[in-house]
Amino acid sequence: MLDALTEPLLQIRHVSQRYRKGSGEEGVSILDDMNLTLYEGEIVGLLGRSGCGKSSLLRIVSGLMRPSSGEVTFQGQPVEGPVGGIAMVFQSFALFPWLSVLENVEFGLRAMSVPEDLAHRRALSAIDLIGLDGFETAYPKELSGGMRQRVGFARALVVNPSLLLMDEPFSALDVLTAETLRTDLLDLWCEGRMPIKSILMVTHNIEEAVLMCDRILVLSSNPGRIAAEIKVPLLHPRNRLDPEFRQLVDLIYARMTQRADSKTREGNFPGLGLGMILPRVSTNTLAGLLEALIGPPFNGAADLPHLAEDLQLEIDELFPAAETLQLLRFAEIEAGDIRVTPAGRKFAEGDVDTRKRLFGDHLLAYLPLAARIRRVLDERPTHQAPADRFRQELEDHMSDKAAERTLNSVINWSRYGELFAFDDTAQVFSLENPQ
Amino acid sequence: MTFKWPELPPISRRVAPNVWDFAAFALIIAVFVAVAEASRGMAMPLPPAGASAVTLDYVNLPYYALRTTARMFLALGASFLFTFTYATLAAKSRRAEMVLIPILDVLQSVPVLGFLSFTVTVFLGLFPGSMLGAECAAIFAIFTSQAWNMAFSFYQSLRTVPSDLEEVTRGFRLSAWQRFWFLETPFAVPGLLWNTMMSMSGGWFFVVASEAITVGDTTIQLPGIGSYLALAIDQKRIDAVGAAVLTMLVVILAYDQFLFRPIVAWAGKFRVELSAAQTKEESWVLRFVQRTRWLRSLSEMTGDQFMRLAYFRPKLRPPRLPVADQSASLSRIIDLIWFAVIGLVAVWAVAKIYAFVSTELSWSDLLETIGLAGLTMVRVVVLLALATLFWVPISVWIGLRPRVAETMQPLAQFLAAFPANVVFPIAVIAILKFNLNPDIWLSVLIIFGTQWYIVFNVIAGAAAFPNDLKEAASIFRAKGWQWWRNVILPGIFPYYVTGALTASGGSWNASIVAEYVKWGNDKIAAHGIGAYIAKATEAGDYPKIVLGVAVMSAFVIVFNRLFWRPLFGFAERRLRLN
Repeated sequence: MLDALTEPLLQIRHVSQRYRKGSGEEGVSILDDMNLTLYEGEIVGLLGRSGCGKSSLLRIVSGLMRPSSGEVTFQGQPVEGPVGGIAMVFQSFALFPWLSVLENVEFGLRAMSVPEDLAHRRALSAIDLIGLDGFETAYPKELSGGMRQRVGFARALVVNPSLLLMDEPFSALDVLTAETLRTDLLDLWCEGRMPIKSILMVTHNIEEAVLMCDRILVLSSNPGRIAAEIKVPLLHPRNRLDPEFRQLVDLIYARMTQRADSKTREGNFPGLGLGMILPRVSTNTLAGLLEALIGPPFNGAADLPHLAEDLQLEIDELFPAAETLQLLRFAEIEAGDIRVTPAGRKFAEGDVDTRKRLFGDHLLAYLPLAARIRRVLDERPTHQAPADRFRQELEDHMSDKAAERTLNSVINWSRYGELFAFDDTAQVFSLENPQ
Repeated sequence: MTFKWPELPPISRRVAPNVWDFAAFALIIAVFVAVAEASRGMAMPLPPAGASAVTLDYVNLPYYALRTTARMFLALGASFLFTFTYATLAAKSRRAEMVLIPILDVLQSVPVLGFLSFTVTVFLGLFPGSMLGAECAAIFAIFTSQAWNMAFSFYQSLRTVPSDLEEVTRGFRLSAWQRFWFLETPFAVPGLLWNTMMSMSGGWFFVVASEAITVGDTTIQLPGIGSYLALAIDQKRIDAVGAAVLTMLVVILAYDQFLFRPIVAWAGKFRVELSAAQTKEESWVLRFVQRTRWLRSLSEMTGDQFMRLAYFRPKLRPPRLPVADQSASLSRIIDLIWFAVIGLVAVWAVAKIYAFVSTELSWSDLLETIGLAGLTMVRVVVLLALATLFWVPISVWIGLRPRVAETMQPLAQFLAAFPANVVFPIAVIAILKFNLNPDIWLSVLIIFGTQWYIVFNVIAGAAAFPNDLKEAASIFRAKGWQWWRNVILPGIFPYYVTGALTASGGSWNASIVAEYVKWGNDKIAAHGIGAYIAKATEAGDYPKIVLGVAVMSAFVIVFNRLFWRPLFGFAERRLRLN
């Protein structure tokens, strides 16, 4: 082990990635000065919520994308395009529907001009290894999700990669299937039956990261930075109910909800004031979350991991909702715990009209963008304003996609709070509501 | 995977040919003979002036059908070649795209029949004294009716290749050649196949129109159903017209059953979808081939060979991605130069056309053609509206009854493929007999062949209408006009627009043959741009043809941009049901 530690398999040095705007000028930063060294024999997890650039980082490592600055070296060689020793498993499986299981697995080998019968033999043994015997001639659409992802693994393993990249490989699967695949993969890894020397995986599932990884890098969002590095000293097979396991999960929850730079109560969203990037959260989710929080067993305060488990929510759903509540002062988040404020309780216990009025008031008070749109509409004699005007303003602070999402969220929330109306066809805000 | 020759001593039951093999073998040999027969006729010298290459004997009809079909498939081959090169270039190069896609858009709107006279002259000049020139001209005419929408479909598929699959091919460092055959083409197959079928449907119309054509003093008669029909019309032989119609029916039925259905059934695997389709296309021919032994291993062998060819790469060269921001300003300068070149070429082309047309024609001719095009437009619009009023309720009724739809939809598709110009003479006889106004009654012919596009698309739309919405509508007892307005019409609208758009394009083209029809020496003409072009063609008056075609193209383009495209966008945005 010590020998291996001396020679890193993969090094990421000062990698940054920025969007480029249509006009060619530099846009918003996605990744900011990432540094990471990966050694042989370890599974490293990149944990973060959507928008933290973890998938971009994976694509930079695989050579599918070049970073705006910084460099990646793999086995001592700079990565300037896709390289042979790295294979990837995709969240969407990314199988060719027109090729059979066997042809999908052979694909990578034959593309690289490996002789046909050799490719055939290696594909069959990979299929055997990953537990796909009997499915060789089936087409992907005949298979269940779990079987499809097994094909994805076989296709990646058959080319004998040293480094396996996994982009949320289990998140498109149901809970039971995902767990089976995880344990099967870990078994193969622990028994050393795969050619790979190291795994780098992206996930937004905290328990999955603690279950599989030796090291977890927690990324903060917008721009993506490494916020914390957490070592998992537990031996495989790990037990989710083990107190040490639970402790690690709690620790990571706390890390991911704590705001890095200041003690402001601005919620945990990147950007300030008008430039705040908002998540897509339905008002139904917000109301549902508040109702669940004030009811038993939580009675107004909850520990986030428990809440996630109780409500069957992924952190990608829970965190944005919880933080929107925090932004609107309906709840407070501290050290991995969430507590309902008096206003939040009033909302949860109120009838429809009370809820809408309260929500509207809080939007105006705490969401600068909503307040601004409302002010513009009030000031104009026509009480109308085109959406483009605000979109362009937002695009100064964030990527086009984030601006669109932010605007959509404000529109949805404001419709619920009856702050103003929006005509989607004309893309115009107005104060009139349909009669 | 690799095919292995059967070991010799015991001919096991697995490798011995079965009954299906013998039948298939006979069929295949027959196809070979037919191809040889058809290609022999193509390169024959031109018959001496005055002598006709075509006779009205029924016995010759199978041979003529063969020649006509051969033309269709040659044109289809050319269309594929065009599709693969033109669309690929447009999809891969941003600068080429800026020019190629608008050109394609315009070409789609140009009435192909109007240009027949030009292509005939060009190709006759290329192969003097041989039938080959006339053959090429006919094939080219069919090609121009097939290629554009196929290329468009392929281009659109290339632009929408799923990004995860693309990343896989890049991760495995596929060469451009490998990516083309393993990712881009398979992904494009469903769309391309559908458009190929539509193109073939349209093609029959043009093959009939282009086999027998008179341009000024030159009369071309290629052995085929089209010229057989033309001769029958010339000699006023209604029985021969009937025989031609019947032959056409048989040919279209055969190509549908033996070629397209098997291919569509086989191509089901190229659809990118998460789960297996509820309805699978069936083809008895495909099942038949799959039951044979020798034929099946033969097809597997060719499949393997194809894979080998598709996987071929000269040598492994690791690709390098360019660092993102380089030479942005240089690229902008090249863009500017590129724009300038395009602009100059366009100006030069307009000047050239103006010079050519203005030698004989004046501004009053332009006004006249615009007026005539307006008349034709009124015809197209009114008839589309009438066809809509008539067919939409019927098609909805059919579409909501799965049993009926199952048989009616292929029938409508079949009728759309049937070249309506074959039955035009019958209309002439009727108009002459009852002394009807050609300006009104010839109009009917414009929509005659194209209304079926509306029918089968609306049937498909009604059949795909979600069951839960149907149930919701009946629970709330939506009836009468409210049901039509709020439930079914919005539901079928996207399908209707697709069908009507195709019908509209086809109708403009059809006006060239429909507004000017002959029966022996009797000629009936309606007032319209179609008759104007047809008469100019007959007289060999090139400036008038150019003017007529240009004005008609302009009308079609404006009509599409101002009417169909907004409707299409609206349907896509607001009424898409999934």
